[in-house]
Amino acid sequence: MAFSEHPDQLVHAEPSDAAGAVALRRLAAWARRKPLGAAGAVIVLGMLVVALLAPLIAPYDPVRNAFDRMHEPPSAAHWFGTDQFGRDVLSRLLHGARTALLVGLVASFLGASGGLMLGVASAYFGGRFDLLFQRFMDVLMAFPLIIMALAIVSIFGTGTHNVIAAITVPFIPRCARVVRASALAVRELPYVDAARACGFSHARVMLYHVAPNVMAPYLIMLTAFLGQAILLEASLSYLGLGVQEPTPAWGLMLQGGAEEYAESAPWMAIFPGLAITVSVFAFNLFGDAVRDTLDPRLRSTG
Amino acid sequence: MTRYICKRLLLMIPTLLGAAVFVFLLMRLIPGDVCELRLAGEGAYVDEQAIQVCREQAGLTRPLAGQFVDWVWGLTRGDFGVSMWTGRPIAYEIGLRFQLSLQVAVMATLASVLLAIPLGTVAAMNRDTWLDYGVRAFSIAGLATPSFWLGILIILALLNVTQAFWGTPWMPPIQYTPIWVDPAANLSQLAWPALATGYRYSAVAARMTRSALLEVLQEDYIRTARAKGLVEHLVIYRHALKNALLPVVTVIGIEFAFLIGGLVVTEQVFNLNGLGKLFVESVGNHDYTLTQALVMLVALVFVVTNFVIDLIYAWLDPRIRYG
Repeated sequence: MAFSEHPDQLVHAEPSDAAGAVALRRLAAWARRKPLGAAGAVIVLGMLVVALLAPLIAPYDPVRNAFDRMHEPPSAAHWFGTDQFGRDVLSRLLHGARTALLVGLVASFLGASGGLMLGVASAYFGGRFDLLFQRFMDVLMAFPLIIMALAIVSIFGTGTHNVIAAITVPFIPRCARVVRASALAVRELPYVDAARACGFSHARVMLYHVAPNVMAPYLIMLTAFLGQAILLEASLSYLGLGVQEPTPAWGLMLQGGAEEYAESAPWMAIFPGLAITVSVFAFNLFGDAVRDTLDPRLRSTG
Repeated sequence: MTRYICKRLLLMIPTLLGAAVFVFLLMRLIPGDVCELRLAGEGAYVDEQAIQVCREQAGLTRPLAGQFVDWVWGLTRGDFGVSMWTGRPIAYEIGLRFQLSLQVAVMATLASVLLAIPLGTVAAMNRDTWLDYGVRAFSIAGLATPSFWLGILIILALLNVTQAFWGTPWMPPIQYTPIWVDPAANLSQLAWPALATGYRYSAVAARMTRSALLEVLQEDYIRTARAKGLVEHLVIYRHALKNALLPVVTVIGIEFAFLIGGLVVTEQVFNLNGLGKLFVESVGNHDYTLTQALVMLVALVFVVTNFVIDLIYAWLDPRIRYG
């Protein structure tokens, strides 16, 4: 499907050592066509760098209390001020990027991949299995993301790992449904029958013949999940049912007194919220651009 | 039409039953069981006998299928059981808060419609201009802004603005007053959470309005309307918007069903004693019977809303009714 758009792709005249340069040129062309998506990608990359380097660039220890400098307004020493325990807000924000990205990336990947496997299997086997499975997915979709996530938290408890599980589970049916719709078409293609005729097992056919051909919806869902997962983690943490103190997390920073002190120390409320909004915004822009690129049907309406 | 309604009503049953099975099994995944948690929750010593008595009282020693049938039979009669935390009937706990949450949900939906349709229309009419980009950025930002942060910002703004103008900071009232008792007090409390939730939900509807309108604007009857010399705003209002609103109605309906998810966080910020806050508290208190009941309530709202959307659709589009 990409061929019609890039006729030059058909002619692979460049030697293999120039592959990097070609990839770079194609990336630049994509960025020109999707400036908003590219802007999103740049912010996401910046966030990744910040998260990786957080221990090096954070000016203070994000979890050490300093009761002699509580509620300090932004200054040269504390750019974003300090919180009710005297912790540096900037340092907590930088370290919070790690939590947000860890939860966002892992939960999105697991949720989308779980959906990919179930969706492919459902479409591939078809029949009664497919029917029952689809009804079950319908049931799971009857719950808003956060309600389902909270129900899972109520069982497994709070903490970073449980939050990842709580965000992953509601993603699975959403991805499975989209993947299944594409896999239904792929299943009917002759090469799937051919693979079966060669004596390959069901698992092999699904993995090597069906799954690679539904990568577009899979990637669309995966990128769409990223922003949602970060927002969901922030919401759970804000409710006190997600990541727990003293782990730095943006939602938690808004919960831990930011409301009570909103009037006297607004920096405590403004900066973490801004961090959530900007990163979710960036992931959404990036996800939209990926969707437009991979799914030409949506290109005109967006 | 009657046949169609009956068919759709019957189709609701398997979904609800599936949701009940799912919720029931989910709650059976709890490590240990409800009694152990309730009696030995804080690590105190509890003798085995007390736990056994509690299990028998709660019916946990009976076969799973029997427990499930009992629970569902209770649900069909509106008996949600008893809250493990407060000991009061769950139906009573829900009844206390239902009115407030419903009002916020309806007001938030209104706010989102009032934002979304004009914005989407303006964006579609000025496609690919800075106005269009501005509206789209506003919508995408709406999806990215956590409603709890927006709530904090609204409170912060209210405090500062009232401080600047009247010298004394003003906060929305904490105490809930029903709208028929004192509309002013009621609205001054609930308008802000409705706005914070509604903005977020307007994003999807605005995008939907825009794309549906763009599609309709390419139809032949729009060209006819323009060709006969109709003023542009009449073309938009009378011919285009009416036909573009069908998918928008769906989106708004689905959002209404999902609004309870948004209420969970908004009620926390504005300290409203509604269903969302009750849900968060039940999760925090390990009040499984209450969590179970509220999750089922959400599924019920979702299924009923979908049913109503389908009816509106069938009413608007005769092809569905007879198809």
